[in-house]
Amino acid sequence: MKSIILFVSSLALALSGSLLATPAAAYTAYVSNEKGNSITIVDLDKMAVTGTVPVGARPRGITLSHDKKQLFICTSDADHIEVLDLDSLKVVNILPSGPDPELFTLSPDGNRLYVANEDNNMVTVLDVKQGNVATEIPVGTEPEGMGVSPDGKWLVNTSETTSMAHFIDTSTNQLVDSVLVDTRPRFAQFTPDGKEVWVSSEVGGTVSVIDATSRKIAQKITFAIPGIRKETIQPVGIAITNDGKTAFVALGPANRVAVIDVASRKVEQYLLVGQRVWEMAFTPDEKFLVSANGESNDISIIDVAALKVIKSVTVGELPWGVAIR
Amino acid sequence: MSIGYPLRSLWRLPLSLWISLVTAMLAPLAAADTQPLHVTIGYLSEAVAEPAPLSLVEVVAADKGLAGAKLAIDDNQTTGRFLNQTYELKEQSVPAGGDLKAGLDALIGQGAKLIVTDLTASRLLELADLPEAKDVLIFNVHAEDDRLRITDCRFNVFNVVPSYAMKADALAEYLAVKKWTRWVLIAGKNDPDKAFAAALQRAAKKFGSKIVEERTYAYDAGSRRSDTGQQQVNKQMIELTQRLPDYDVLVVSDESEVFGEYLPYRLWDPRPVVGTQGLVPTAWHRSQEQWGGMQLQHRFEQQNHRWMLERDYSAWVAVRAIGESVTRTGKADPADMHQYLVSDAFTLGAFKGQGLTFRKWDQQLRQPLVLASPLMLVSVSPQEGFLHQRTPLDTLGYDEPESSCHLNQ
Repeated sequence: MKSIILFVSSLALALSGSLLATPAAAYTAYVSNEKGNSITIVDLDKMAVTGTVPVGARPRGITLSHDKKQLFICTSDADHIEVLDLDSLKVVNILPSGPDPELFTLSPDGNRLYVANEDNNMVTVLDVKQGNVATEIPVGTEPEGMGVSPDGKWLVNTSETTSMAHFIDTSTNQLVDSVLVDTRPRFAQFTPDGKEVWVSSEVGGTVSVIDATSRKIAQKITFAIPGIRKETIQPVGIAITNDGKTAFVALGPANRVAVIDVASRKVEQYLLVGQRVWEMAFTPDEKFLVSANGESNDISIIDVAALKVIKSVTVGELPWGVAIR
Repeated sequence: MSIGYPLRSLWRLPLSLWISLVTAMLAPLAAADTQPLHVTIGYLSEAVAEPAPLSLVEVVAADKGLAGAKLAIDDNQTTGRFLNQTYELKEQSVPAGGDLKAGLDALIGQGAKLIVTDLTASRLLELADLPEAKDVLIFNVHAEDDRLRITDCRFNVFNVVPSYAMKADALAEYLAVKKWTRWVLIAGKNDPDKAFAAALQRAAKKFGSKIVEERTYAYDAGSRRSDTGQQQVNKQMIELTQRLPDYDVLVVSDESEVFGEYLPYRLWDPRPVVGTQGLVPTAWHRSQEQWGGMQLQHRFEQQNHRWMLERDYSAWVAVRAIGESVTRTGKADPADMHQYLVSDAFTLGAFKGQGLTFRKWDQQLRQPLVLASPLMLVSVSPQEGFLHQRTPLDTLGYDEPESSCHLNQ
C-alpha cells in the first residue's frame, strides 16, 4: 500500500515536473464549432482534445484578447459577442454587437474590436474596456472579412455581395476607399510589413493582392489543382508567417491549403487537409498551422517547416474558427 | 412646331462657342470611373390570377417576384454608392390579355431598357418579338417552359428561372441516388401540369428510372377551404392511387395547385410523394440556409414580413446580374451588358455555393437546385457523381446538342 502511494506521488511529481519544464511549448488551440454551439480545446503537445465548452448559438469568428487570458467569440445567432475566460472556462462577459456578428479583428493595442455584422451592412467598432459600441461604419452588403494593419491605422473590411475591400481610417472611423475584387470576398489579411493586403474571393476563386498605399490590385493569384473542379476551389482563410515570406490560403471545398511564396506570389504547393477548410491559425512559435475543416468535423495540424499535414484531430460539429495561445 | 426662345438662341451661338460647349459635354466621359451612372430597370408583369397554394399555411403573395427585385435594387444601391452608380426600379403591370407594347413603351419612356418580366411563355415571346424590344434586354423570371430553351430562344431574352427540364432532372438525379427508380406519375389536366409531366418523363429516361404507370387527375380546382372537406379528399386520393403496380415513389405534376398537396400520407400504398408537392425541386426555399443563404432570407423577411419565394429569388438574381454587370463594366446599355453576361468573365454570387453563369446557346442561368420538403432542405442537385464535360450544372436541363438554339455563336 505504502509503495503504491509512493509510486503515485512520485508519478505526480514527475508529471508536474515535466509540465513545469516546458511551459512555453504547451500551446492550446481553441476551435469554434458553428453547429455544435461550443468551443473545443485542443492540447497541441498531445494533439488531443482536452475539453469542450458550450457557448451561445452559432459561434464563428474567434480571437484572443491582448493578454491572451480571454477569448472573444462571435456567437452569430445570439447576436452578440461572448467573452470566455480561459482559466475558468466560463463566459464572463457579453459584449453588444450589431446583428449576426460573423468575424472580427482586434486592434493591435487590444482596445478595439472591429466587428463585421452581416445582417445590416455595418462594421461595428467595440470599445473592449468599456464594453460598448464606439461607432458603426456603413460598408457594402454583407460585411465579412476584417483585417487591421500592423500599425493599427487601417482597417480593411470585405463585403460579400458588393465584392469590395473597404479601407477605413481607424483614427476617424471613416471609409476612405473601396477596391473592387472578385466575387464574394471572405477574408482580409495584411502582410506583416503592412505594405499589402491579401483578400480572398470565395466564388471568384482568387486572392487579390492589394497595394496598401495606392489601394490598387497588384496581382490576382489563381489556383489550379489537377483533378479538382475549378468551382470547388474557394479561397477563404489566409495566414501569413511573421517573416512575411510564406502565405497559406485555405481553399474551402477543394480540401486543400495552398502554400504561396509571398515575394513571387507563386503557389508552390497544395496541402491536403480535411473537408471544407475554413479558417487557420499559427502556433505562437509558428511551428504549426492549424486549420478548421467544417465538413469533416476536424482540424488539420500542419508542420510549417516541413509543409506536411502531421495530424487530424476530431473536434465538434462544423468547426469554423481557430485561435491559439 | 415652334422652338422655344432659349433653344432658338443656341442656334445663334458662334461656332467657336459651340465647339467648346460640345467638348465640355464630352470631356467628363474620359473619366468614366467617377462619372455618375443611373441604371433604370423595368419590371413588367401581367395581372393574371395565379393558382393559390392549396395549403392555407403557405403564403399568397401579391408581390411575388417584385419583392425580390426591390431587394436587389437595394443591394445594388449599396454597392453603387462606392462607384457613383444608382439604380431605380420602374414597375408596369398590364391587365390580363392587355397591351404588352403599351407596357413596354411606358417602361422605355421612363428610361428602362433592362426589363425583368413576370410573364408566361407565350406572352414573353409576344413581347420579345416586338420591334420596340429589339434593343432591350429581357430577364425571364416566370416562364419555365422548355420551349424557351430549345426551340423558341430569343437573343434579347435571358432565362433566369430554371426550366421544367432542369427541375425534373434535379429531382431525377436524387431519386437515382436513392435508387427509387420505379415511378408512378400523376399529372393534372392543365397545360403547365402537362409540361412539367413531359419534363419528368424525359428525366426518367435520362437518369434510368421507369414510369410504371401514369394517371391524370381530372377534377377541377376547388376552394382552398372547406370545413369537413378532408373526408372527401381522403376518399378521392385513395381512389386515385389504388391498384397500381409495385412502385417506389409517386411523382406528381400539379402546377395548378388542384390536388398535389392532398397526396402525402393519403396514398393507397405507403410511398413518398415528390414533384410539384412533397419533395420539391426549386431554385429557392425558405429552409435554404447554406452558403450564407440566411443573410438573404433575413434581409428579405425584414423588408417584406414574409419568406422569400422562388420567383422573388429569380427576380433578385435578375436584378443582381444587372448590378454585377454594371459594377464590373461601368456600362448599362443592353448591347454591352448582353456581351458581358454571356462572356466567361461574368459570374454571380447568389447563395448557391458557386458562381452562377449563363449558358451561351440558350441564355439560361446555370444554378444548383434545392430539393426541399415543406420545412427542410433535403438535398441539392446536381448530385455527386453526375458528371459533365463542361460543368456538373449542365447535367440539369437540355444540353447544347439537344437544343436547336445556337445563340452567341
